[in-house]
Amino acid sequence: MRHTISVLVENKPGVLARIAGLFSARGYNIASLAVSETIDPTISYLTMVVEAEDEKILEQIKKQLNKLIDVITVTDFTKKEHIDRELILVKVEYTAKEKAKIDGILNKYIAKIIQRKGELAIIEAVDEQENIKQLLQDLSRFGIKELVKTGRIAIAC
Amino acid sequence: MIGAQILLECLKREGVEVMFGYPGGQVLPIFDSLYDSDIKFILTRHEQAAAHAADGYARATGKVGVCLATSGPGATNLVTGIATAFMDSIPMVAITGQVKSFLIGNDAFQEADVTGITRPITKHNYLVKDIKDLARIIREAFYIASTGRPGPVVVDIPSDIQMQDAGFIWPETVDIRSYKPTYFGHPGQIKKAAKFIADSKRPIIYAGGGIISSGAHLALRELAEKIQAPVTWTLMGIGGFPATHKLSLGMLGMHGTGYANHAIMESDLIIAVGSRFDDRVTGRLDAFAPGAKIIHIDIDPASISKNVKVDIPIVGDAKNIMGELLEALKKVPDTSEWLKTVESWKKRHPLVYKAEGKIKPQYVIEQIDEATKGEAIITTEVGQNQMWAAQWYKYHTPRTFISSGGLGTMGFGFPAAMGAKMGCPEKIVFDIAGDGSIQMNIQELATCVCNKINVKVAILNNGYLGMVRQWQELFYKKRYSYTCITGPDFVKLAESYGASGIRVTKNEEVRPAIEKALSIDNTVFIDFHIEPEENVFPMVPAGEAINRMIGGMA
Repeated sequence: MRHTISVLVENKPGVLARIAGLFSARGYNIASLAVSETIDPTISYLTMVVEAEDEKILEQIKKQLNKLIDVITVTDFTKKEHIDRELILVKVEYTAKEKAKIDGILNKYIAKIIQRKGELAIIEAVDEQENIKQLLQDLSRFGIKELVKTGRIAIAC
Repeated sequence: MIGAQILLECLKREGVEVMFGYPGGQVLPIFDSLYDSDIKFILTRHEQAAAHAADGYARATGKVGVCLATSGPGATNLVTGIATAFMDSIPMVAITGQVKSFLIGNDAFQEADVTGITRPITKHNYLVKDIKDLARIIREAFYIASTGRPGPVVVDIPSDIQMQDAGFIWPETVDIRSYKPTYFGHPGQIKKAAKFIADSKRPIIYAGGGIISSGAHLALRELAEKIQAPVTWTLMGIGGFPATHKLSLGMLGMHGTGYANHAIMESDLIIAVGSRFDDRVTGRLDAFAPGAKIIHIDIDPASISKNVKVDIPIVGDAKNIMGELLEALKKVPDTSEWLKTVESWKKRHPLVYKAEGKIKPQYVIEQIDEATKGEAIITTEVGQNQMWAAQWYKYHTPRTFISSGGLGTMGFGFPAAMGAKMGCPEKIVFDIAGDGSIQMNIQELATCVCNKINVKVAILNNGYLGMVRQWQELFYKKRYSYTCITGPDFVKLAESYGASGIRVTKNEEVRPAIEKALSIDNTVFIDFHIEPEENVFPMVPAGEAINRMIGGMA
């Protein structure tokens, strides 16, 4: 099962390597990872989606993360009210005739066309993972040329 | 003050009296400052030995051990020693030189990414990039190494920083916002634990290395006597409880006593203190102590419920928590029936060996025990020598058994003995070695002789890498693949370094040789030619439940 956790860390060189090293050494899996500075420039905020077969492994992941000297706090969003988002940029090819259809799809999501050159458009969407999945499925009939995704970011409510 | 002087001033203020190491190009400024320093420096003959010596010093004294090496190969030679200390939670600070900061990443001569290499085997590590951070980093390194669950910390210092001039500002306090170890138990959990203990019928205390590092041995004894629970311990817990106490069960696990293993399997309450349910202890996990509830006391939350599901976790310092537990105990259980059963197991499954034929290693260790009245510091190498030393010497006090438990590092015992002797010069220090292991750091004879570090080494010489041979005998149809090993003439070798050597081939020579070694004011190698195919028993085959032992029981 996948779990979203956030980790506040000291914003120092090597901290990400410590976290990545911990995961590889102990055989845990990271499904996605997003890192950025917080308002306090000495602190970085990591949102991680981790795969854990059971509660015990998830517990270990959290405890091992907490054990790193540079880790300030670990928050598990599994049973916590939170908002999460993923951002995608996707290149889709469609003809002028199909524009209405595309617009119809995009209106269902938090998505928009940010550039269009000839028949190739770059669409941006920011949404929950499930919706993003659905959107990509909807767009797939038009032929997706390229797709880039960020890791999930999450914030507690 | 230049960086190197700041470093040494910090070490002095941290109370460092002795350090172990080896010079090199990128630590020249530090060595130049050492020339005028009153910190005693022990020049080893290999950096690995410097790390083990610092580790042995830390284990024997409880203080932080310090080692120093140059960049690149100097630092990578420390790696085995750092990993050894890490696995056994030993407080150590390893200082390494690094190439000049502007050369880092350029594949400069003797450059290695030391913080990268040591990241998974340290509690924490630092690369000093600014001279202004140096004093704070050294202060933090000692603080991190010695608090919470102790462990090694590496500080990598580029040589240009060692030479830079800066004012010396000693940070009076350490404040690391992300590092706040828990020392006192949660009162609710303590209350619950006290109730579990009062309600138990067959309690057992399972003590680990945490007893030693927190100095909880007296509290442990008080608790055991108050609740009349038998006490078993791990390899790392040896010395935490007197071996001759009537509640003592000896070591448990793969080469533990039959009665310790039976007792933990049949118990209804395990009080685990400063131990981590290692695979060498639990054997087959799903068969481990099926009827027992578990109270787990440990300073490291990550140790709790890692291998075994725990009913009452209590995070904190073992000594504090046992004190709190003693206060919270309103009622103690009646364990008289249980102790009778345990006593019957002790009678039925004693530790035994057959005293016939060639010299038996168990006999050698019994004789060392008698000759030193159980008061020596025993260090070990790894393998059969280690298990026999754990089984047959009777340890009474903490910090008298020094052994690489978690990592199982061959070549550990001899340099660790040097470190222990430097820390406790008034004590007899005996390294119990095999003829394989001793050859892994035998060059330290020079260090011992040169610095007059008077340690005794008992080589249990069987001409084999004994533990691997034992597994080959039992599980690989006696196909002794590359485990027959030759060695030098250990007596001549010792003498060529200026140490003393004694060869022992007969039973009746064992005790006189030990007495003679103790009377010589020099490092002594005693080369005991023992029964070549003697096995360590009892033994739990890997992956079996720990009460399914083979051999060694009458």
